[in-house]
Amino acid sequence: MNNMFQNNQLWQLTKCHLLETVREPGVLFWGIVFPILMSLGLGIAFMNKKDVTHNVAMVGIVAPALDSLLSAHGSAPANSTGGKVSLHLNNPKTGNTTFAFFPMSWEEAMVQLKRGQLNLIVTDSAGSIRYHFDPLNPDGQLAYLKLSNVVDNHALLDPKSHENISPLTVKGTRYIDFLIPGLIALGVLSSTMWGVSYTIIERRAKKLLRRMVATPMKKSNLLISMITVRVMMNFVESVLLLLFAWLVFGISIQGSIPALFAIFLAGNIACAGIAIFISSHTSKTEIGNGLINAVTMPMMVLSGIFFSYHNFPAWSLGVIKSLPLTMMADSIRAIFNEGAGWAQVSMPSLILTLTGTVFFIAGLRIFKWH
Amino acid sequence: MVKSFKEVKAVQGIDLTILRGQFVALLGPNGAGKTTLVEMIEGIQKPDNGEILITGKPWKGNEEELRRLIGLSLQETRFIDKLTVVETLRLFASFFQLGKERVEEIILLIGLEEKRKSYVVNLSGGQRQRLALGLSILNNPAILLLDEPTTGLDPTARREIWDILLKLKETEGTSMILTTHYMEEAEVLCDHIVIMDHGTVLCKGSLEELLTSPEPSPRGERKLNNLDELFIQLTGRRLYE
Repeated sequence: MNNMFQNNQLWQLTKCHLLETVREPGVLFWGIVFPILMSLGLGIAFMNKKDVTHNVAMVGIVAPALDSLLSAHGSAPANSTGGKVSLHLNNPKTGNTTFAFFPMSWEEAMVQLKRGQLNLIVTDSAGSIRYHFDPLNPDGQLAYLKLSNVVDNHALLDPKSHENISPLTVKGTRYIDFLIPGLIALGVLSSTMWGVSYTIIERRAKKLLRRMVATPMKKSNLLISMITVRVMMNFVESVLLLLFAWLVFGISIQGSIPALFAIFLAGNIACAGIAIFISSHTSKTEIGNGLINAVTMPMMVLSGIFFSYHNFPAWSLGVIKSLPLTMMADSIRAIFNEGAGWAQVSMPSLILTLTGTVFFIAGLRIFKWH
Repeated sequence: MVKSFKEVKAVQGIDLTILRGQFVALLGPNGAGKTTLVEMIEGIQKPDNGEILITGKPWKGNEEELRRLIGLSLQETRFIDKLTVVETLRLFASFFQLGKERVEEIILLIGLEEKRKSYVVNLSGGQRQRLALGLSILNNPAILLLDEPTTGLDPTARREIWDILLKLKETEGTSMILTTHYMEEAEVLCDHIVIMDHGTVLCKGSLEELLTSPEPSPRGERKLNNLDELFIQLTGRRLYE
C-alpha cells in the first residue's frame, strides 16, 4: 500500500507541491498572517469608534452663541484659552459625539481641510456663527448638522428629546462583519492566482514544465495536484482567518455551513480555471505578474471587498455583480450576515463552477508546456 | 529532417543514424541547429519534412511508449527549490512507476548521498547538474539527450559528470546524444562526432576519422590536432568565436 503511494505520480506531485508551499515562509505570511493583520488593522480602525469625533477649526473671534455653549458644556470657554476646547455629547440613543475645536488662522484651516484633518470651519459673522464646509463631503455635512443642532436648540444634549429613537443592536452590521467574508473571497482569488498561475509560469520559464512533460507524467495530474494543494491551502487560510475573527471580534456564521462549503468550493473552481487560463501561454514572469494583477486588481477594487460597491454608478452594478469575486464575496457575506442558505447560493455556485470549467478548458486548449 | 521557423531554416536536411550504445556529440556554433535537432528527437518539435524513428517507432501514436525510453537533461534546468534531493528523485521516479530502490541506486551513482536531504536550492552548480543527470537516467533510458550538461561548471565538477557518463557507457546499453561547447568533452565521452553549421551536417565520424584530413595542410600534414582546427578548415572560422 505504502509502495503504491510512493509510485503514484498524482500522490507524489500533490505531496511535493504541498511541501514546497508550506516550506516557503513568504507563502505562509501572505496567505495566513497578512489577511489576519489586515483584518485586525481594519477591524480596530473601524470598530473603536464609540465616540465620533469631529475636528472643527475656529477662525477669528468665536461667536457668542458658541462661546456660551462651550462655557456651559465644553472643557473651557473658547475665547479664554488659546488652545483646543472639547465638547462631549454623551447620548446612548444617537451615539456619543465629541467636537474638538481648534483656534487657527484661515490659511491653517484650509491646509488642514485639504489634508482631511478637519471638515468644518466656524467663524463669527456680526455676532452669529457662520459655518464653512464642503457640501459634497458627508463628514462635513454631518459635523455641520450636529453642531448647528446643538448651538440652535441643544436638542442633541438632551436625551429626553430622543424618545422616538429605538437603537438597533443587530448582528452582522459591523464593518468587521462586512470585511471578513470579503477577505476570505479575496484570499481565495489572490492565493490561487499567485499559487497556481505564477507557479506555472515560473516553471515554464525555468524549463521545469518541459523537463516534466518529457517523462510519461500525465499532464492533467500536474494541474490537478497544483489545484488540489491550492484549494487545501485556501481552506486552511480561510479557517484560520475565521477563527481569528471569531476569537477577536466575535464574528459568527448565521447561515448554512454546507452552503458556505459549496460557494467556497465553487469560488475556488472559478479562480483555478481563470488561473490556468492566464498562465496558459507566457513563459515570462514579468508578463505573468502583469496578467495576474490585471485580473486581481480590478476585482479587488470593484467587488466590494473593503467597501460596498453600491457607491459605483448604477449602470456599472450589473457588471460588478457578475464578477467572480463579487459573486463569491456577496454569497459568503449573505451566509455570514444574512443567514442565507442553499436557495440563495445555489445559482452563484453554479455560475462560478461553470466559469471555472470554461476557463479551464479554454486554458488547456492553448496551454504551452515548453 | 527539415525544420524552419518562419524565414529561419534551422535544420536543412539532416540524416542521422545512432546505434544502440553509441555516444554521439553534436558540435557546432550557436545557430547551427543542434537544439532544434535535439528538440525534434525529444518529440517537442515536429519536423516539417522527414521522420524520427526511435527503436524503429515514430513519435506519432507512440508518444507514451517513447517517453519511457528517453532521458533528458537540459541546460540550466531549475528544479523545485524547496524539495530535497531525494524528494525530487522520488517525484520523477513516480512518473516511471519506479520505487525507492532505483532512487537509492541513482543517489549512489551521482554521488549525492551526503546531500540527499538538502534542498535543491542549496546545492552547488555541479551538484545540481549531477542531480539533473540522475533524473535523466532514472528510467535506464534507451536514448539519453544531454543539452550542454557541463556548461558553466568548473573543471572538477565537469570531470565528475564525465565519470558518471563513462560509468553509464560501460554498464548500460544507453545511446547518448550530447550537445556541447567543449571539444574535450566530445573527445573524452563520444565515439561519434557530428559537426553542424547552418542547419546541415558538415562532417561526421569518430574522432580519429575526423582528425585525419583528406586534404594535406600547407605544411603537408594530413593529421589535424583538434576539432577546432577541423572546423576552421571546413568553414574558415573558429567553432566558438
